[in-house]
Amino acid sequence: MNPTATDLTLKPPEYAVVLDDVKKTFDGKDFVLKGINLKIPKGSLTSIIGFSGTGKSVMLKHMLGLYKPTSGKVSVLGTDLSTLNQNDLTKFRCNYGVLFQSAALFDDMTVLENVCFPLEEHRRDLKREQVLQIASEKLKMVGLDPKHNNKLPSQISGGMQKRTGLARALALDPEILVYDEPTTGLDPILTEMVDNLILETHKARPGTTSIMVSHDLAAAFRIADFVVMLDAGKVLLSGAPEVFYKTDIELVRRFVDKGIKH
Amino acid sequence: MTKKIASWMDKIFLYFLNGSKEFVREVGSMAIFGLESVKLLFARPFRYGEIIKHCEFIGNQSVGIITLASIFTGLAISFQIYLGFKLVNAVDLVGPTVALGISRELGPVLTGLIVAARAGGAMAARLGTMRVNEQMDALDVMGVNTKQYLISPRLIAAVLCMPLLTALFDFMAMVGSWFLCTKLVGLDHAVFLSKIRDTVEIHHIAEGLIKSALFGFMFSVICTYKGFFTSGGAKGVGEATNRGVVISMVTIIIMDYFLMNFIRIYYIMTGVTR
Repeated sequence: MNPTATDLTLKPPEYAVVLDDVKKTFDGKDFVLKGINLKIPKGSLTSIIGFSGTGKSVMLKHMLGLYKPTSGKVSVLGTDLSTLNQNDLTKFRCNYGVLFQSAALFDDMTVLENVCFPLEEHRRDLKREQVLQIASEKLKMVGLDPKHNNKLPSQISGGMQKRTGLARALALDPEILVYDEPTTGLDPILTEMVDNLILETHKARPGTTSIMVSHDLAAAFRIADFVVMLDAGKVLLSGAPEVFYKTDIELVRRFVDKGIKH
Repeated sequence: MTKKIASWMDKIFLYFLNGSKEFVREVGSMAIFGLESVKLLFARPFRYGEIIKHCEFIGNQSVGIITLASIFTGLAISFQIYLGFKLVNAVDLVGPTVALGISRELGPVLTGLIVAARAGGAMAARLGTMRVNEQMDALDVMGVNTKQYLISPRLIAAVLCMPLLTALFDFMAMVGSWFLCTKLVGLDHAVFLSKIRDTVEIHHIAEGLIKSALFGFMFSVICTYKGFFTSGGAKGVGEATNRGVVISMVTIIIMDYFLMNFIRIYYIMTGVTR
């Protein structure tokens, strides 16, 4: 492996997420993550790519504090997640906004109620009118027509659901936005719309770190300014997209050239 | 031949050993899950809105089915007891016998079974769907304690609603019994009521209501546990719902027997009659 594989080509002063020799096994034998060393620059739009089963989602769940590493350290915004107890971790997660693959909207709540939910949970100082106003603004920001605000998730299209999910993720103005395979299963038009939405959202919020796990290589290289490729539970290469075009690593070249999608 | 038999016996032994280990593990994790959820009832923020919402679902929406089931239970059981007591010229005791049976056993057990099937199944299915659709992950990463938000309100709602539904069951079953005894088979209305008044005491009814609250706790813990730890997509949701309801029903019936004995022992120790 290239000795500079996990080195950063960008050298910003701060990192949003730092993974230090993170290993994870679920059964005590097979390691899903085999020593991940990674530093995600603060304010970057980072794309995590790799074949299926290489540990992308597991790594993401470590970053979100949903999994604890078997060994190693995960630091987010300078906080070592292993030092937080369950309550503190729950509170710490307010720093994240996550857009799930399925949007994961609460199906018994309307579009507007979905966006209001994190505000009602964490901003109890706000009055109902203020919560509604912020939620409406977020929905407007992601380009959702207000006429859909009172519809249930099942009554709107997949694209609108993604927009709603993103508005909900943005509700608390998080420092880190996470997109878990946001375009998987979408048609090309909708995929482009979601990609553009991610890019626009990132540009509109300077300082926010966006992390996207994706199979869509074209989108990953088009919109990301920092790319991480995983293979067999390790970081194969990370850096600016140009680094990937110039690399000699055979697997990366094949992956990039052929645009393999799994 | 001897070796073959020994090998079979080993297999059978291992099968039961593994089954027992799995059973103990499952019961243990269910108990921890239930205790954690109970503990979270007292954690802030208090979720009154969620509790009311689930009370409406478990309690209010069960009123129709409980009313219907209880009237016909009262009618059927009264008729069977009437036929038996008629043989020994004791038809005056049909009312109190039905009242005691309903308030102490049938009321809480049948209400438990009906509500476990209706509301417990819905709980398991709802939570299971939330799990496989990533809605629970969404709650987690939004900084919401999923057990406190999803489980605790359901437990308290079930515990609060079950005694009320059982009281409704008891009352409507006795209405059915009264109708059959006085209107269909011609027993005296005043005798029917006075015999019940003479026989049934407040602790008989309380016994059933306390049991029903415990049944409510049990089925809600079992069904929410099954739903909460669902995996495997739509198939997993179906299995979780099915297992949640079946285990709840069997548990209610088994638990009823043990509770009955505990209560008998308590009565003996405290000197309460009957």
